[in-house]
Amino acid sequence: MSPGTIFTEQELMNMLGEIPDPEIPVISIVELGVIRGIKQEKDTVEVLITPTYSGCPAMKQMEEDVILKLKSKGLQNVSVKMIYHPTWTTDWLSDQAREKLRVYGIAPPEGKSDKSLLSTHPKSVTCPRCKSRNTEMVSQFGSTACKALYKCRGCLEVFDYFKCI
Amino acid sequence: MNLNQNLFNYLLRLSDSGLVLAQRISAWTGHGPFLEEDLALTNIALDQFGRSRSLLEYAGKLEGKNRSEDDLAYFRNEREYFNPLICEQPNGDYAQTMLRQAFVDCFEFLLYSELCHSRDETLAGIAAKSVKEIAYHKRHSFSWVKRFGNGTDESHNRLKQAMDKLWEFTGDMFEQMNGEADLVKAGYAPDLNVLKPKWEKEIAELLQESRIEIPQNAFMQSGSTLARHSENLGPLLAEMQILPRMYPEAKW
Repeated sequence: MSPGTIFTEQELMNMLGEIPDPEIPVISIVELGVIRGIKQEKDTVEVLITPTYSGCPAMKQMEEDVILKLKSKGLQNVSVKMIYHPTWTTDWLSDQAREKLRVYGIAPPEGKSDKSLLSTHPKSVTCPRCKSRNTEMVSQFGSTACKALYKCRGCLEVFDYFKCI
Repeated sequence: MNLNQNLFNYLLRLSDSGLVLAQRISAWTGHGPFLEEDLALTNIALDQFGRSRSLLEYAGKLEGKNRSEDDLAYFRNEREYFNPLICEQPNGDYAQTMLRQAFVDCFEFLLYSELCHSRDETLAGIAAKSVKEIAYHKRHSFSWVKRFGNGTDESHNRLKQAMDKLWEFTGDMFEQMNGEADLVKAGYAPDLNVLKPKWEKEIAELLQESRIEIPQNAFMQSGSTLARHSENLGPLLAEMQILPRMYPEAKW
């Protein structure tokens, strides 16, 4: 590209779509839904990003990855702005992203976020390996902030469940 | 005092609660009773640290004196911290840690549910994110309190001892800061007098299910709204702040 090229929003989003989630590399940060906007004005690009969890340590990594990626495409002035409105929810994960999670061995969030908050008992979750519904929660808190730990009574494997929030 | 100053102080109270309690429960990291609990407490601490960071960052912007979230966390002294007294109480055993957590989680769930409707958009946004996380924390701590209460004689006694130590610090959560009434009137913050009976009802139910009695007309400690603390906060801050104070230029 020549310096000063203006990209469309879609082109910019496609660039960010090449960045894998630092902790779940099978989905991109765009599929994760944390990129809330991107715009270019002359040679300056501003990216709006929203956190998944308040303390998610991957957010910092994502910010750095965004800047590195856009710089590698020739965009030098990149700023990342953290926004809190609207609040990130797993409802934003596409069906395609959910399927990628499942194949990777992480049970994707089930149902809609508003309903899961009301029930005090986590419902049964489908095992990503053998598809059994006969599973139980081991801990609400798993290997990362966004996951819970489950065990399948069918194939006896433990697996991560991407919490529905 | 104007609204901005009041909001700044209020943000400190919110952020300090999360920060101090997160610092407390992080001490369990690597020492949890079993692996899943170790991870659970580390995750909860992470949520609380993250929330406090967002709140402090916003407070710094609002203040306009160029103080970052780290400046506010590491370079304020004990008498400038506004966390409720309950947050700084020692971990004790696991029953004490969980009962303290249940008291705070129950309070925070009510508080942050209301803060989602704050007139301040940033605060409302942070609250909307946090309340989902607090729902998980609360489910976790409540289930542990019930397990201790209805487990063995030993676990029940441990919970009872925790109750004896902690109860007098619970009233302080509902004390209002100077200027908070103005924030309530302006639609920025909920009225704690409205939240208090809801908290008392939920906690009474939890403790009844756990077969623990609530002392009648108990004396309640207070002081945190004026940044007056128990003897426990100073050592906690000393440990938390020593590195950036000794090496102010240190980078993570």
